[in-house]
Amino acid sequence: MKIEVTVNGEHQSYDVEPRMLLVHFLREVVGLTGTHVGCETSLCGACSVMLNGDAVKSCTVLAVQADGAEITTIEGLAQNGELHPIQEGFWECHGLQCGFCTPGMIIAAHQLLERNPKPNEADIRRGIEGNLCRCTGYQHIVDAVQYASKKMTR
Amino acid sequence: MPVSKSVGARIKRREDPRLIQGLAHYVDDIKLPNLLHVAILRSPYAHARINGINTDAAQNLSGVKSVVTGDDVKDVIGGIPCAATDPEGFPGIKVPHHPVLATGKVRFVGEPVAAVAATDAYIAQDALDLIEVDYEPLDAINSAEAAFADGAPIIHEDWDDNMAFTWSIAGGDVDAAFAEADHVVSQRIDHQRLVPNPMETRGVVAQYLPGKDQLNLWSSTQIPHLLRTQISVMLSMAENHVRVIAPEVGGGFGCKLNVYAEEALLGHMAKYLGQPVKWIEGRRENFLHTIHGRDQTGDVELAVKDDGTILGLRYTVSADVGAYYQLLTPAIPTLTGLMLCGSYTFKNVQMNLKAAFTNKMATDAYRGAGRPEATYLIERMIDVVAHDLDLDPLEVRRKNFIGKDAFPYETGTAVAYDSGDYTAALDKALKIADYDALREQQAELREEGRYLGIGFSTYVEICGMGPSAAMPAGGWESSTVRVDPTGKVTVLTGVSPHGQGQETTFAQLIADGLGVDIDDIRIIHGDTDTVQYGIGTFGSRATAVGGTAMVHAMGKVKDKVINIAAHLLESNPQDIVIEDDKYCVRGAPESGLTLGEIAMVAHVGVELPEGTEPGLAESHFFEPPNFTYPFGTHIAVVEVDADTGEVEIQRYIAVDDCGNIINPLIVEGQVHGGIAQGVGQALYEEAIYDESGQMITGSFMDYALPKAHNFPRFELANTVTPSPVNPMGVKGVGEAGTIGSTPAIANAVIDALKPFGVRHIDLPLRPEKLWKLMQET
Repeated sequence: MKIEVTVNGEHQSYDVEPRMLLVHFLREVVGLTGTHVGCETSLCGACSVMLNGDAVKSCTVLAVQADGAEITTIEGLAQNGELHPIQEGFWECHGLQCGFCTPGMIIAAHQLLERNPKPNEADIRRGIEGNLCRCTGYQHIVDAVQYASKKMTR
Repeated sequence: MPVSKSVGARIKRREDPRLIQGLAHYVDDIKLPNLLHVAILRSPYAHARINGINTDAAQNLSGVKSVVTGDDVKDVIGGIPCAATDPEGFPGIKVPHHPVLATGKVRFVGEPVAAVAATDAYIAQDALDLIEVDYEPLDAINSAEAAFADGAPIIHEDWDDNMAFTWSIAGGDVDAAFAEADHVVSQRIDHQRLVPNPMETRGVVAQYLPGKDQLNLWSSTQIPHLLRTQISVMLSMAENHVRVIAPEVGGGFGCKLNVYAEEALLGHMAKYLGQPVKWIEGRRENFLHTIHGRDQTGDVELAVKDDGTILGLRYTVSADVGAYYQLLTPAIPTLTGLMLCGSYTFKNVQMNLKAAFTNKMATDAYRGAGRPEATYLIERMIDVVAHDLDLDPLEVRRKNFIGKDAFPYETGTAVAYDSGDYTAALDKALKIADYDALREQQAELREEGRYLGIGFSTYVEICGMGPSAAMPAGGWESSTVRVDPTGKVTVLTGVSPHGQGQETTFAQLIADGLGVDIDDIRIIHGDTDTVQYGIGTFGSRATAVGGTAMVHAMGKVKDKVINIAAHLLESNPQDIVIEDDKYCVRGAPESGLTLGEIAMVAHVGVELPEGTEPGLAESHFFEPPNFTYPFGTHIAVVEVDADTGEVEIQRYIAVDDCGNIINPLIVEGQVHGGIAQGVGQALYEEAIYDESGQMITGSFMDYALPKAHNFPRFELANTVTPSPVNPMGVKGVGEAGTIGSTPAIANAVIDALKPFGVRHIDLPLRPEKLWKLMQET
């Protein structure tokens, strides 16, 4: 099936198999491998991307469902060589170790801060509960989101 | 440690920019021309005979390049290796052949049966559905107890029972200790089976270059060199024609310290198909066929005096090791034995282990690997002693602590603790917790029908693995430090970091040691064609052993640099110092030379002192004289909801002593993550197989990994007792949190339920279990 999407601001069209998952489309067809597959069941959040402004788990969305959509992946956050404040927060606060959950975690944080620019700690912990991290114990991730919140609302 | 700019500073990680921008390359991100995708057909039965496999329909599916079964590869791929099968250490050990694809019989759900290579991953999956396997189901065994029962089905029919191996350790005079005791305190303790679950599953890409007879194998592994050796043996290839690359690795926690069927299978398929192949493990496959941790059940007895003095310990334990051995399976419970004395002075100790084959995935190293079992049982038993003798658990600990003047201290299990001050860590943690106030608060809340609990863990662990004589496959580590003509420094390290941050901490050590900007340093790891042989990352060893190898290699480079500098400056080497990143004669910094200027001289080769070789690169292989023994005190404060049985962790205080600290930010991260995993074991995680051997917790829906809202803000502090085992005085911190936290949480929950007369509860402490207990009493 033919689909047209805008990925990280770039308009593109492709012919894809109807059963192809959005995450595989992004990784294999578009060639953006920053979005990861952690569980294929929408439970870990490693595959989170922004689809028309909402964070979705791209392992349980079909590529054809994204026809006409605007998609932002981890590769689309930094602008003109400047890290997004959330990325900066993850770096400053040691919000990652192995880095595998990180792109999805950053997308989840992005959604959280759009909805609630000044979340308290409990808001952040609840806001990222759809994303699993096995390395950090989450505390430095919470710090990273707080860092970004401060910077983005200054 | 010398006064330094980098070492000891909270330097943010140098590996992060690629990771936070989606620019890193994990195995699944590797793309090669003509790549085929492999999917694995796995046994749906725990125990069954294979009477036949028909692959015709799968072979004929458009896009399928090849289907292979056990019969196709049994003569060309050797068995999956185990490095710990010495019958001297494990009397009566049975070592079954462990094929990469099953032949004749399957022995656990998830065991590989056939593999499909296709032009597309979806087609490979489709083809699996077209393979017909004629299984004849057999009765399954889902516990060690069932394995040892009379008339139990036999898993490996070369033998007439399911006893895999036995192992024992004894120190002192245990019988005399129990004869002398006022009390014998006993408890059966279960260490449930766990699934490591790194967020990146395993994955392999293999490429064969016929012109060079070379196999390139990318694998999500913690041990690229050990893997290369084993793959070359399994595939009968010359080891120097096999290149293993561990690219970005998305967590390991011990489960990637192994050699798996798929690694050899993909290597074989790439060679015989003449096309590169990729296999990426699904999460369901990861649950079924990546090693599990723990799974010991044992009876502990402590010989105790009236005043709480512990005289001795007996531990009679069964381990359920699964159907086959993986790389280190039998070695793991032996680490439990080494650490049974914990932080305490008793030396009369005995452990008798029986290990059973069952119809499950193999157990092996999972974060802590055998030591969490030891720490959990001794720290839990201290509280049981306090309960039975009506003593304060803190006083029992203090009474039995090894004193700070006793180090180096040889335990009853004949390991030599390097250094420690257990009381200092405990006192510091108590101060942070404001312990007396907590006990008052607990008493007040109990009046209101609310159940607050305070739990301790005063752990010690064995890390920095380790002296080769005590390791199954070498415990040393290697490094090469080289300086380019322009003064840029490259480090090749035999360790294989996958989240631990050695690209940062190692660079900090080099920056200070050689007087060079940290941005001019590159740390290379995980490529066997680039890096000299090394052992890898596990057992909290990378910095303690690998870092030491690097520091020694750097020392050799520095000696040479200083000699050249002395020659150029017409001075003596002993008068050369580094000031402001310049090598100069003491007191004359204005005429100093940078590392780059000296490196250029070393490479041009004209102005060198007589007898000095040109070039500037040195290697070192470090054999550690001992393990290291990090320790600390963790305090958990929990509230158990009387209506739901839910546990809320209100506070978590961790005072850890990992020796000197190179980067406090990274140490904190390691402790945080470790605590979270140990809490997972205490409260949530359990791999459950039903009676038919089906794993009923095989997804994140059924196997609860801790989430962000399960934790309070951890309160961390350190004491610093340098290790004498290495020149940096570091001990390692990768596993401390996991080892320390499980008993702290368990003790806190059981303390909370003291009004209900609770003495012990097995893990995980899930709400329904606690709720039922509260209802019953």
